[in-house]
Amino acid sequence: MRHAGTLVKVLRTTQGGVSAAFLIAVILCAVLASWIAPYAYDIQNLSAANQEPSWIHWLGTDEFGRDLLSRIIYGARTSLTVGVVSIGISVLVGTSLGAAAGYFGGTFDRAVTAVVDLTWSFPEILIALIFIAIIGPGLHSTAIAISIAYLAQFTRLTRSQIMALKTETYVEATINLGATHGHVLFRHLIPNALTPILVAAMLATGDAIILEATLGFFGLGAQPPTPSWGAMMSSGTATIFIAPWIIIFPGLAIALTVIAINLFGDEVIEALDIRARLRDS
Amino acid sequence: MTDSTPAPLVSIRGLSREFGSRSGLFSSPRVLRAVSDVSLDIPRGKVTGVVGESGCGKSTLARLALCLIDASEGSVRFEGVDLASLNGGQLRKLRRRMQMVFQDPYSAIDPRYTIREALLEPFRIQGVGLSAAEAGTKVEHLLDIVGLSVTIADNYPHQLSGGQKQRVGIARALALDPSFLVLDEPTASLDVSIQAQIIALLERLRRDLGLTYLFISHDLGLVRYFCDSIVVMYLGRIVEILPSAESRPRHPYTRALVESTFEPDPTLRRVVTKLSGEIPSAFNLPAGCAFAARCEHASDLCRTERPELSKDRHDHAIACHHPID
Amino acid sequence: MPLLAVRDLAVSISRLRPLDGISFDLDKGEILGVVGESGSGKSLTAMAIMGLLPLIGGRVTGGTLHFDGIDLAGLGENEYRRLRGRRIALITQNPMTSLDPILRVGEQIDQVSRMHLGFSDSQAKKHSIELMQQLRVPEAATVHGQYPHQLSGGMKQRIVIAMALAADPELIIADEPTTALDVTIQAQIIQIMVDLVRDRGLALILITHDMSVVAQACDRVVVLYAGRVAESNRVGPIFASPRHPYTRDLIGCISRPGQVRGSLKGIRGNVPGVLDYPPGCRFNPRCDLAQMVCAEKPPEMEVDGASMVACHFSEGAR
Repeated sequence: MRHAGTLVKVLRTTQGGVSAAFLIAVILCAVLASWIAPYAYDIQNLSAANQEPSWIHWLGTDEFGRDLLSRIIYGARTSLTVGVVSIGISVLVGTSLGAAAGYFGGTFDRAVTAVVDLTWSFPEILIALIFIAIIGPGLHSTAIAISIAYLAQFTRLTRSQIMALKTETYVEATINLGATHGHVLFRHLIPNALTPILVAAMLATGDAIILEATLGFFGLGAQPPTPSWGAMMSSGTATIFIAPWIIIFPGLAIALTVIAINLFGDEVIEALDIRARLRDS
Repeated sequence: MTDSTPAPLVSIRGLSREFGSRSGLFSSPRVLRAVSDVSLDIPRGKVTGVVGESGCGKSTLARLALCLIDASEGSVRFEGVDLASLNGGQLRKLRRRMQMVFQDPYSAIDPRYTIREALLEPFRIQGVGLSAAEAGTKVEHLLDIVGLSVTIADNYPHQLSGGQKQRVGIARALALDPSFLVLDEPTASLDVSIQAQIIALLERLRRDLGLTYLFISHDLGLVRYFCDSIVVMYLGRIVEILPSAESRPRHPYTRALVESTFEPDPTLRRVVTKLSGEIPSAFNLPAGCAFAARCEHASDLCRTERPELSKDRHDHAIACHHPID
Repeated sequence: MPLLAVRDLAVSISRLRPLDGISFDLDKGEILGVVGESGSGKSLTAMAIMGLLPLIGGRVTGGTLHFDGIDLAGLGENEYRRLRGRRIALITQNPMTSLDPILRVGEQIDQVSRMHLGFSDSQAKKHSIELMQQLRVPEAATVHGQYPHQLSGGMKQRIVIAMALAADPELIIADEPTTALDVTIQAQIIQIMVDLVRDRGLALILITHDMSVVAQACDRVVVLYAGRVAESNRVGPIFASPRHPYTRDLIGCISRPGQVRGSLKGIRGNVPGVLDYPPGCRFNPRCDLAQMVCAEKPPEMEVDGASMVACHFSEGAR
């Protein structure tokens, strides 16, 4: 594998190793939530509401007496799923659009570029909000709204990669052998463009988790009782002075996860030496 | 053409290509004529050289000849078939007969492909099914005819030297048994020692496989050594066609090229004084002869009226009002 | 005393020794060609003279470099800086990247004479325009106010040469100055450099891989191969009767008018990397005269007047 060496290089650095370990822990929480979490995420116990961290409830309880640690562990599932799925959709659609626009050019390219440039000039959250306003709140709409918000980034990145790669001699050589457009795109251009796109996708997943949390904070994302870090912070605002842990621990979960993703991504960019290629878009 | 001359393999008539360039959203596009009204026959089994400096349209001509880009005007016939009359599928099929060796061996192979994969790709593209054993034999044979060891087959391009990469490029072009090869400055980005190796290889392959070459180069010395006839281009047009490498150039531009080509002999030093000035921009060509501004023989006629290309009885064609004798 | 005297120069980069035993002299008014394929050590020699080796983590680990009596190897960075650009100037291969894209080209030439000669703005500008005229830049005053992207490759290379000349140096090192240019422009630039040396009594080191450029321009030639001197001589005898097979093969790589097709040979194989330098004569794996001894023992340098050659069969190459 061409990238196995890169991964080893990244994991050998302190920053890469620590952030990777943390991310693996978060992923394990998300996957194994029902086994790891000490309590169910939706069992209320109003007599034990707003308890501070203790040996029984390591991170305390929320205003309904639900175990905060359990909810954060389950919340990892929501955040990661929304982040990964929405960015996955973004990458898939954005890569297809960008590759077609960059390769074929012409009117299609101009149309795509115009739309991309237009959405690029708005903040992602605004685009997401507009779409949620149209299709209504909920977990699915959050995922779709986030994927649309990041569509422009991947379309743009792919298009610029393809534009640069299609002037490589091997593309012309392949066409001269009688290759179809499909062959050129899928066998040469997209595989060669993929590395920076995947790295950008990883970094965007971090942003998407923040965006999901923000939408959750406004009550537009996952609906109760499904735990979501953003929604948990939101409910903590009411009790911020009597039970600050309700807002602090989900906030920490968001911050640490996103920082870990960014630190890991930075090391990967460094190891692959693709900073310039990412910036060019 | 008299009846005694066999039909050329490739026949180019009145070929032109324009490129539009738009510098901003609101500016009107500027048009660059990269190739203007080029007519040329490429005889079978011969090496036809095209020589000129950067921007003379020689690389565009190479791509037009293979229909890699579309012509604005004019036609290219390959074995009598007009390439423009073919549909996409027919043209893709015909491509096995006409191949190209590119200037830059460093980017001519996809960096993600091993040499073996790169050499087998032509067969996959053309839908030629090969068994594993046949594929192995093909790779071995192709590497062998370009003088490479089969041990490099599983290397990636970045593990090879420039000369080795160019040999792989030639092997790939030969994979489908073409009859016509366009060589677009195949040695320009290589060391002189490697250049000579590649030229020797191309010469051997032409003899052994009966290939026809269109050899594009900026190096008149090399073209005179390697080619049977020489086409000299300046700013998109043919200015002179030398029917043989020994023909005495008569166009002042070709003369200037000769005088700018140094020889590996200190007793034959050139006195470089004649050619001054810069090559004009292809975006706004002068009305008359494009070379007039740099030509010491230029008259008022040259600056107002463009000389047509005309042939003398020795097949020596020249586009000049005041050819040198 | 020669202007530049290089004796047994050796260069190391970490534990590797890409260059050793390099010797040559250069007088005022002379053009020395340093030739060889890529990887033969030409540019490294130039960097050693310019004191730029630390940039790539290298240093001089043997021999001496004397410029006008100054021991270059013993010079501190501050002293070197006063020499570099002022008395020794470098012209690099790629004119496209040696100019600052956001500064007018005239300003870039002016800077050199202001910095090294203490000229005022107006003096510097006048000096620059005179230089550009000498280099046959048409409408020099106009070009002085233009940006690099407005100029052609040949014109940019003239600006780079003007920058090199602006502080009135005694020695110019030109590293493949015409490789990126068209042949007619190459011919003009080479002619300009030859005229400069003749008119101003400059000394010029012309680094190239092209023996035809050497034949056209140089007085003396040093042929490098894999970090060592293969042969060195005056230009006439080296072309008339090369004594090292590598020299002969390099000359044989260039076609001559009327040469029979199929007679151009090239040199088989490649220059070895510094990790793969073979024992004995480093050229032996590619040499058609090689015998057992060539792979076993490095040849001694034979010195005979201006001629230097390192080959066990220096007579056989003729």
